[in-house]
Amino acid sequence: MNRILPVLTVVLVIVALWYVAAVGMNRAWVYDQASRAGVEPPGLGGLITATINQERPVLPAPHQVAAELWKSTVGMAVTSKRSLIYHGWITVSATLLGFAMGTVLGVVLAVGIIHNRAMDLSVMPWAIASQTIPILAIAPMIIVVLNSVGLQGLVPKAIISAYLSFFPVVVGMVKGLRSPDQMQLDLLKTYNAGDAAAFWKLRLPASVPYLFASLKVGIAASLVGAIVGELPTGAVAGLGARLLSGSYYGQTVQIWAALFAAAIVAAGLVALIGVAERGALKRMGMAR
Amino acid sequence: MTLVVLSLMFWAGAWVLNVGLAQSAVTRSRAGRLLVPAIFGITVLVVWEGMVRGLGVSPVILPPPSAVAARIAVSLPTLWADFLQTAVKGALLGYLIGCGAAVLTAIAIDRSPFLQRGLLPVGNFVAALPIVGIAPIMVMWFGFDWQSKAAVVVVMVFFPVLVNTVAGLAASDRMQRDLMATWSASYWQGLFKLRLPAAMPFIFNGLKIASTLALIGAIVAEFFGSPIVGMGFRINASIGQLALDMIWAEIAVAALAGSAFYGLVALIERGVTFWHPSQRH
Repeated sequence: MNRILPVLTVVLVIVALWYVAAVGMNRAWVYDQASRAGVEPPGLGGLITATINQERPVLPAPHQVAAELWKSTVGMAVTSKRSLIYHGWITVSATLLGFAMGTVLGVVLAVGIIHNRAMDLSVMPWAIASQTIPILAIAPMIIVVLNSVGLQGLVPKAIISAYLSFFPVVVGMVKGLRSPDQMQLDLLKTYNAGDAAAFWKLRLPASVPYLFASLKVGIAASLVGAIVGELPTGAVAGLGARLLSGSYYGQTVQIWAALFAAAIVAAGLVALIGVAERGALKRMGMAR
Repeated sequence: MTLVVLSLMFWAGAWVLNVGLAQSAVTRSRAGRLLVPAIFGITVLVVWEGMVRGLGVSPVILPPPSAVAARIAVSLPTLWADFLQTAVKGALLGYLIGCGAAVLTAIAIDRSPFLQRGLLPVGNFVAALPIVGIAPIMVMWFGFDWQSKAAVVVVMVFFPVLVNTVAGLAASDRMQRDLMATWSASYWQGLFKLRLPAAMPFIFNGLKIASTLALIGAIVAEFFGSPIVGMGFRINASIGQLALDMIWAEIAVAALAGSAFYGLVALIERGVTFWHPSQRH
């Protein structure tokens, strides 16, 4: 509980700095308008009210972003093309589909890697090396190529998400499945347990904490993948499309609202996995 | 069809060879450990080439590796210009500024536990956010050239490095700090002689995470607007022309640059944190 006060202070400082920055960055426009209208530039009070209430500010003030968020989530029908819930759902559905695909693939590959030495030696270095490659950069290409094969809509985005969430899961699961120490494995051997029994009764349960840690990384990566995957399709639907169309038309408030919606979604998804983690670890008696 | 069968046979042969190598004593040596993944990598390239040629896959969908290699050989000057624009000006500069700012911020809030307790959860939260989303805003603020890309990279790398540095500065244990105190070391002496060196493994962990983020940030930011040079621009423009060989060439360059960058950071880490158990063999 002693963390709430410091966090609140930091958040308040950030908001205050934000307002100062908004006044500073939007000032030029106000002065420009004043000189065009041939009137004296406003004083400090007038300047502040003029800068934080512009329609297309360089930096929208926090309350403008909050108002836009409120307007485009609560104040609008969910089916509307301008509703952030509609766009958010499109992104989230691609994220979740991709995340599920990536997780299943990652777990399967990890199981293969720990049971087959040749696979371990040949695939693992590449899996690690692939982390250093900016995979996100090829997202547009994947979308376009899949489009030309006839795959459209949800699946191409989900494939990018799957690709991004796949490697954290592989690396985490390999670590987790190897985490039981030699003593425990030897004990199972004295019980005459085979590889399968050792896997189900020891390795898999031992890997659960590692799995959840990599799931958290994986779902955040999935969301980034889904958002970037929406960019090259020409801003049709989704949070990425809102970012892109906002940047085309100079709608800064819309960009910031979409950005915050993405942040809220990311935080929500990670928190959801956190809840599942706590529940699972508690049931398994591993809660710390 | 023969090409397909041949490539499948090559795959099977390479797999048998790898299984044999994996069980033999060869993998004890360092060279053997490099040999097995190398064989696997070559297999992937051969099967890719054979499948694409054998099945007659259109180069608009997937070009064979040989076509990509030919494209790289032909357009080296273009690729070099793109590399300079995106990787050196955008990613590297942003990386240096962002990481420097993060380490300095961590040291600045080091003396205030209150600020740390407040900033750490916020930093952790921000590190999980899709920060690439700020790319359109940065392009609006700093223009199309590399400055906006560097700005995106600064924001992307800042929080992972900050969180890791703060965790690292807390890594030295009580006993060691007490020892410094018995020598009547000042705060700064304690910081530079004990706590910063002890934090290095953590800092480098953050730096390594950031090194992969930097290139991604610089490339994706170019999708929102760029001058007519740069890796992200080239990828985006080549999609329009369906010049997939050019895209793969850029990806190869990006992969090389990303791996080299990561390798460089890892090399520096080995030199700086030679004392850490994970570096002793």
